[in-house]
Amino acid sequence: MTPEPVGIKRELMKGNVAICAGAIAAGCRFYYGYPITPQNDIPEYLSAHLPPIGGTFLQAESEVATINYLLGTSASGKRVMTSSSGPGISLMQEGLSYMAGSELPAVIVNISRSGPGLGGIAPSQGDYFQATKCGGHGGYRMPVLAPHSVQEMYSLTMLAFDLADKYRNPVMILGDAVIGQMKEPFVPTSYVSTVPEEKPWSLTGCAGRPRRIIKSLHLKDDEIEAHNWKLHRKYMTMREEEVRSEPTHLEGAGIVIVAFGTAARVSKTAIQWARAEGLPVGMLRPVTLFPFPSREVDEAVSRADAVLVIEMNTGQMLEDVLISTRHHDKIRFLGKPCAIPTPEEILQEIRSLAGEIGVKAGNVR
Amino acid sequence: MPGTAPLPKGRIEIDFERCKACELCIPACPKNCIEMGTGTNRQGFAAAVFARPGDCTGCAVCAECCPDVCIQVWR
Amino acid sequence: MKNKAKEKFTKQVFSRPRSLLDVSTHYCPGCHHGIAHRILAETIDHFDLREKTIGVAPVGCAVLMYDYFDVDFVEAPHGRAPAVATGVKRAQPDRFVFTYQGDGDLAAIGTSEIIHAANRGENLTVLFINNTTYGMTGGQMAPTTMLGQKTSTSPYGRDFRNDGYPIRIAEMLATLEGTAFSARVATSTPAQIRKAKEAVKKAFDMQIRGMGFSIVEILSTCPTNWGMKPLDAQKRVLGEMSGYYPLGVYKERKQADFA
Repeated sequence: MTPEPVGIKRELMKGNVAICAGAIAAGCRFYYGYPITPQNDIPEYLSAHLPPIGGTFLQAESEVATINYLLGTSASGKRVMTSSSGPGISLMQEGLSYMAGSELPAVIVNISRSGPGLGGIAPSQGDYFQATKCGGHGGYRMPVLAPHSVQEMYSLTMLAFDLADKYRNPVMILGDAVIGQMKEPFVPTSYVSTVPEEKPWSLTGCAGRPRRIIKSLHLKDDEIEAHNWKLHRKYMTMREEEVRSEPTHLEGAGIVIVAFGTAARVSKTAIQWARAEGLPVGMLRPVTLFPFPSREVDEAVSRADAVLVIEMNTGQMLEDVLISTRHHDKIRFLGKPCAIPTPEEILQEIRSLAGEIGVKAGNVR
Repeated sequence: MPGTAPLPKGRIEIDFERCKACELCIPACPKNCIEMGTGTNRQGFAAAVFARPGDCTGCAVCAECCPDVCIQVWR
Repeated sequence: MKNKAKEKFTKQVFSRPRSLLDVSTHYCPGCHHGIAHRILAETIDHFDLREKTIGVAPVGCAVLMYDYFDVDFVEAPHGRAPAVATGVKRAQPDRFVFTYQGDGDLAAIGTSEIIHAANRGENLTVLFINNTTYGMTGGQMAPTTMLGQKTSTSPYGRDFRNDGYPIRIAEMLATLEGTAFSARVATSTPAQIRKAKEAVKKAFDMQIRGMGFSIVEILSTCPTNWGMKPLDAQKRVLGEMSGYYPLGVYKERKQADFA
């Protein structure tokens, strides 16, 4: 463990609760939610901690209602958040499409569980497609941030609020039951806003100004087409400016793992063990799943001899990796749907890959 | 003075272009001052007309019943 | 003689309400949405709320109502207006918030949202237009469609064996503690229009005084989808519909339960 610099205040907190801390730090004072495992810590914490600071907590009658409370509060120009898990996020899809079409900011947290259907409460990354390709209608997109630590549950939530306001778009935090329900120390860094606070588009009553309308209906001919291209430009800007990923021992790595969230977290341990055995392995961890780090993936794959995509599903981010590079022949996949891959399993896969590409243990550059 | 009609106590104006000829104002008027006109407006409707101004009392019931707020009333 | 009369009557006693924009609407001839819109605008003006109001538009014929009101508006997904309104009201308790919904929007897909908004005593006002059909989409059967009523999806007439019974919203919501005011009115005669306006005023007043949830159900016509002339459609409201959907105030809270 690296020695702790004196004076840094650290807190031991559950991932789910760290999201709440991040939201409050970012000035969010409105939360609406509905009970669903494994995210219940979030509404429970906020029901206790928002009212004392003048915030509003409201438990909705369904996730369908929840996303629409969000729409209303966002239309009022306030920062607002909700959290749920797969089944609830599915019920929110129409609302998300409306918010994207109406260009309304909000933070939506998915602490993923197993699916499809009721599935189970074990962690999973099976909601990748729904999050990154967007499960609602109409082809909107959404920034999707994938934390792999309690620190990131805190800091990426703060970032999510700024991205939401910057782009006037819903933003998703895609966690899972592992990161949500585990505790570890993290540094509650102070929130520094990167976006203006006032929202000249919000509905506050038209005193002293013309009335404003927030809607997603565009019936006049070619108005909806123009609107779609406007949204498209927004998403292209996200691709240009908001890609975030984390390299681990990527320089000179013959074998490159591509993984996010918990799968990446576990891979870090396997990488430590493998490198101790002299195997040249590194990792590229997408932090933003949308916009996907295509360039970084392509570079890493072209330089590597073999690539191992690891996901807690049967292959979803894998498709984005394949889209990002033409070196498909180098790419292998380790899938653990609705289960946590163990470092041993990953190490085993690395060893067999190393054997395949004839890398001898010990000549790690 | 035999046969002198009571003097009107008000008058209305019907927005000829906006009227959709729904006829709701016709039975609403207690004095039967309104009827469907013959000229068609831009929408293609034969708009209502203030046919018998002499009987108007300015009660504004016609205006209250118009779904398209076509009628203004004065007293 | 005519222009002399013109000078004589100079006091305007009826004009377009300030909150209602001077534009023609897309509603069909004789559609009662127009009357409900005017009553809504007159009531907004009466309480001088235009600059403090946020309206929540439904999905249905009235989705375009934001083109007709000089008021801030947000458009809600189908059936979710009470939830969107909750989000607006919770964010801005000092603003006046209303939803305006049809029977498909409120009584079918949005039943959960309206019941829970009422049960929470959400301090907002709902205008509910009951014309026993889905207008915008071409006259399909709605939960409020009368037994025997032919619609594009009940071509043989609504049959309770297959389609159940028309739902009485005003009475249903009146049973909820959170509801402060629930009434059903109609706009098919001048007297009814006056009473409807009084009910809407009462509902607005409830919200202004923070008494909790208020709803006014307005029996309305849909001449086009009923396949009737506007005047005959009004007879249907006065006759068959008023029989099954009795007009009246079903709940009127006297004093607030909370400060």
